[in-house]
Amino acid sequence: MRRPSLGTILLALIPFCAMCFSVSAWDRVYPMVFGLPFNFFWLLSWIALTSVCIGAMYRLEASRTSRNSARRHHESRPE
Amino acid sequence: MSPSTIALSIIFSLVVLGSVIGFYAGTRHKMSLEQWTVGGRGFGPLFMWLLMAGEIYTTFAFLGASGWAYSRGGPALYILAYLALANVVAFFIQPPMWELGRLHGMQTQPDFFLARYSNKYLAAFVSVVGVAFMIPYLQLQLTGLGIIVEVASFGGIGRTRAMMIAVALLAGFVFVSGIRAVAWVSVLKDFLMLLAAVTIGIYVPHVYFGGIGPMFATLARVKPTHLVMPGATNNLGHAWYISTVLLTALGGYIWPHSFGSSFTAKSADTLRRNTVVMPLYNLSLAFILFTGFAAFLVVPGLTNGDLSMLTIVRKTFPAWMLGIVGGAGALTAMVPAAILILTASTLFAKNLWRPIFAPAMTDDQVAKLARIMVVALSLISLYFAIYSSTTLVSLLLLGYAGVTQFFPGVVLGLFWKRVTMAGVFAGMVVGVAGTAFLILSNRDPIGGLNAGFLSLCFNFAVTVVVSMLAPVKAAGLTENFSACGPDVP
Repeated sequence: MRRPSLGTILLALIPFCAMCFSVSAWDRVYPMVFGLPFNFFWLLSWIALTSVCIGAMYRLEASRTSRNSARRHHESRPE
Repeated sequence: MSPSTIALSIIFSLVVLGSVIGFYAGTRHKMSLEQWTVGGRGFGPLFMWLLMAGEIYTTFAFLGASGWAYSRGGPALYILAYLALANVVAFFIQPPMWELGRLHGMQTQPDFFLARYSNKYLAAFVSVVGVAFMIPYLQLQLTGLGIIVEVASFGGIGRTRAMMIAVALLAGFVFVSGIRAVAWVSVLKDFLMLLAAVTIGIYVPHVYFGGIGPMFATLARVKPTHLVMPGATNNLGHAWYISTVLLTALGGYIWPHSFGSSFTAKSADTLRRNTVVMPLYNLSLAFILFTGFAAFLVVPGLTNGDLSMLTIVRKTFPAWMLGIVGGAGALTAMVPAAILILTASTLFAKNLWRPIFAPAMTDDQVAKLARIMVVALSLISLYFAIYSSTTLVSLLLLGYAGVTQFFPGVVLGLFWKRVTMAGVFAGMVVGVAGTAFLILSNRDPIGGLNAGFLSLCFNFAVTVVVSMLAPVKAAGLTENFSACGPDVP
């Protein structure tokens, strides 16, 4: 199958870095934010931001697909 | 009326309501094998979201997550992370899988392995492993149902009897209606579960502490270690967190039933859009974790953490609310259990029995055999549920450790031309054997890492090395896949 673009893959790595690999940096009780322990607050924010990242990945891939098919149909069309 | 009668009759009514919706949805369509398993490939975005949410947010999220927040503390946070990250992975895997599914008429996960690697024994092996590791997941749902009835009846109905009733209902439900029924019941289930989670998560801390903030402030003062990893355990630290989140995020949509569900979508774009909104559903889990932490302070000393949510609900609310929460919980167990049974029985009949033992079977006969397997698998899971005392989360992690071993075969099969059947088969055998050995001999976690993750690493390595050993000419895409070379989107 066609591989996803580098940009999409980099975008996909952001939530993994934020919610998974960096755990030692944010797994703390303080400072509490909105009454939540910091680790709780951090993960909940990143759930929302993960959605944003996937949304960005979606747009990136969608524009890439339409650009590709446009190029295939009109070879001479300028970028 | 006694509180237990009120609670139980509400739970029962909600389950019956769910079943009626299911039966009705099922009888409106003629049930061919294709209709029964993938709903005729016509599910739009909303229906798709319901089906996916219906199968991912199970009784594990409801009782198990609060149970771990109660008994383990900090390590329960992995649940918030992996369900969101699984969608990032799904974004890459589901859409191309859907394209291939349509092209080759795939209905199940082994269908993919058969089409990509052209070996019916590999496909049969995938079916066996898939069914084997779906059983703990199914067992988890039955245990959840048993817990709900046990707590709601104030101990009047034993867990074993409750699980037997649940199994009968469940098998009947799946038997008649197939995948379409499941998606419809999800509507009721998701609505009730969201309502229950948010109500409890806000109200319980409010009653005992005056709000979520003060609740956490109290916990941070009384027992701050419970809020961070490793919490109440001594071996679930940061290395465990990273390896477990990776394992479960990669495996989230590799479960045979989630995999099969992606074939029900109307288009690849439906699936892509679905991954954008799915993480948000996860926010509801925060409320469930709040309840677990509140229960830790309010009703300490329960020997089984999985009882904590219902125990605190029973203590805090009138009986009718216990009934609604119990009913939501019961549907939350039944919907995924139905999907699991449906998938496992199809795998058995279509990808194991027919190709290996009875090649002459027609599609109709396969559908019949699958329905018989519904009953058999329900009984096997019931047996395990009665004779086991593992926590809900541990059951789920066991299943994940097994099914995620399919991941290399799936992702390399989609994006790496050189991967070979021998490589995938060898890697998978190593991964599954490693997982089974480490977990059955109680070596999980090993060296601070999740044992399933460790096996997955070996699996990947073996798959790649064995594939590289094959001469380049013999490798590459099989004939079946020549239509989906890199140029076809």
